[in-house]
Amino acid sequence: MTEAQEELIRDLEAKAKTIRKNIISMLAEAGSGHPGGSLSSVEIVTALYFSVLRLKPEEPLWQDRDRFVLSKGHAAPLLYAALAERGFFPVDELLTLRKLGSRLQGHPAWGMLPGVEASTGSLGQGLSIGLGMALAGRLDQRDYRVYVLLGDGESQEGQVWEAAMAAAHYRAGNLTAILDYNGLQIDGPIEEVMSPLPLPDKWRAFGWEVREVDGHNFRDLLTAFDWAQKVNDKPSMIIAHTIKGKGVSFMEGMVDWHGKAPDKKMAGQALEEIGAES
Amino acid sequence: MERKISTRDAYGKVLVELGRRYPELVVLDADLSKSTKTSEFAKHYPERFFEMGIAEQNMMGTAAGLALSGKIPCASTFAVFATGRAYDQIRNAIAYPGLNVKIIASHAGITVGEDGASHQSIEDISLMRTLPNMTVIVPADAVETAQAVTAAVEMRGPCYIRLGRPAVPVILGDDYHFQLGRAAVLREGKDAVVFAAGIMVHKALKAASVLEAEGLEVAVVNVSTIKPLDHGTIVKWAKKTRAVVTAEEHSIYGGLGSAVAEVLGEEYPVPVIRVGVKDRFGESGSPDELLTAFQLNTDSLVNAIKKALGRKK
Repeated sequence: MTEAQEELIRDLEAKAKTIRKNIISMLAEAGSGHPGGSLSSVEIVTALYFSVLRLKPEEPLWQDRDRFVLSKGHAAPLLYAALAERGFFPVDELLTLRKLGSRLQGHPAWGMLPGVEASTGSLGQGLSIGLGMALAGRLDQRDYRVYVLLGDGESQEGQVWEAAMAAAHYRAGNLTAILDYNGLQIDGPIEEVMSPLPLPDKWRAFGWEVREVDGHNFRDLLTAFDWAQKVNDKPSMIIAHTIKGKGVSFMEGMVDWHGKAPDKKMAGQALEEIGAES
Repeated sequence: MERKISTRDAYGKVLVELGRRYPELVVLDADLSKSTKTSEFAKHYPERFFEMGIAEQNMMGTAAGLALSGKIPCASTFAVFATGRAYDQIRNAIAYPGLNVKIIASHAGITVGEDGASHQSIEDISLMRTLPNMTVIVPADAVETAQAVTAAVEMRGPCYIRLGRPAVPVILGDDYHFQLGRAAVLREGKDAVVFAAGIMVHKALKAASVLEAEGLEVAVVNVSTIKPLDHGTIVKWAKKTRAVVTAEEHSIYGGLGSAVAEVLGEEYPVPVIRVGVKDRFGESGSPDELLTAFQLNTDSLVNAIKKALGRKK
């Protein structure tokens, strides 16, 4: 590992910490929202926005930009925190999340906030949208890549597999999906609610190249994204093993924190823990 | 002898022409391209045609992604699958962000015929009309289809166009000019008015001719744009005649009849008799047999007009 790489990792870790804190503050201020699945994807989304994606925040609709679609739309606080940190809009605006008149809708709404690439929230739809972007890129001979973040519970939606089949059929090598495998959904562990396992085998059987990584380890994630960029004849899937609620002790691995906001006191404790962590 | 062409055939033909004019036009189909007639486009522009297989939800999502990347996608399949199977995808991925996707569905209504109720869409207008941002067009014949599809491709935003399976009479001349959002008065009359859409426009004109022999002057208005609805023309003709009939090959709930009744209820209350499918599913049979069985023929319209006249104040 070169010194430059080590510095990049340190930067990413610092960004992740800021983003985590902003997620907690946003949710506490909003009084509702989804902390568990926002926190589990922090490193994935941080790696994308601060190392992987080719973007121009000052020109959000730049035609050659890489696209990121948050298929698990309930992790909107994470997307917004990353976009603000990357300079798409002022960080101050984060605290308007879920409030009347805000551009930060409860789930991502296209056309309101710079950097939001698609309207998501109804689960299972993002991969299809990403496929459409990938097919358009190929048609236009543009070399952008499309990244789609899926939830593990989301894999229970049939449309995900329609899209998986179609992406492999069209050999969408410019399409990469990341699956946040935190193992929990609203009603409990995914295997108990409706098992989508074994995930790697299923994606391989659908014609994808698959890699598994530690979804909280930036070295692993960056190596996986490098690998994905070299898979050009098939769509690629990064299955990221994560911890739901990562970074906040009382949220980690707790189903109850899927979709409820911390109150001010709990938020204070969470911020302290994140701040102390290094 | 009247000339008959299906609206889906007219769609297939105009799509090839539009493909030549608009390089950003792309077409998606869900394993029904021979039936929806998008196969013609596929032959001419294979690189811009996406066969999506029997997976309508993914087709709509993919269309959304193509639109987000500057393409003008036309997504086609049977109306029942386009609007029913993929409703949530149309709602959340297309209509909510107001994306430039054209959903052009064939085999709408009971004139699908022998395939029966599973394939006969009688609620698609209702489903699409209730979505904010969505434009809804039901062309009356092949001439209007060509113009409506062109207008849909040239406008920005989501649009649903409802086409049919059987060959139907060409009733509009080459001088006809489709205007998005405008209803067209095809026949004037002071006694009653029929607001009709799709194949029922032809039947309304026939019913008006039948009643002319009885000394009645019945106006016929082709309401091909169901959303945004031409309130002005509807209220104007309701005022002129004070006896209103609506006619559509669709459920009387949620379609043209409902739309007209909503407008008149608020702006000019008069009796409105709705001719359409009366809260039941379709069934197998030939298109003509079904139109008679479901009271969607000329005789039914004549009776409905008389009923409206009887309630006139």
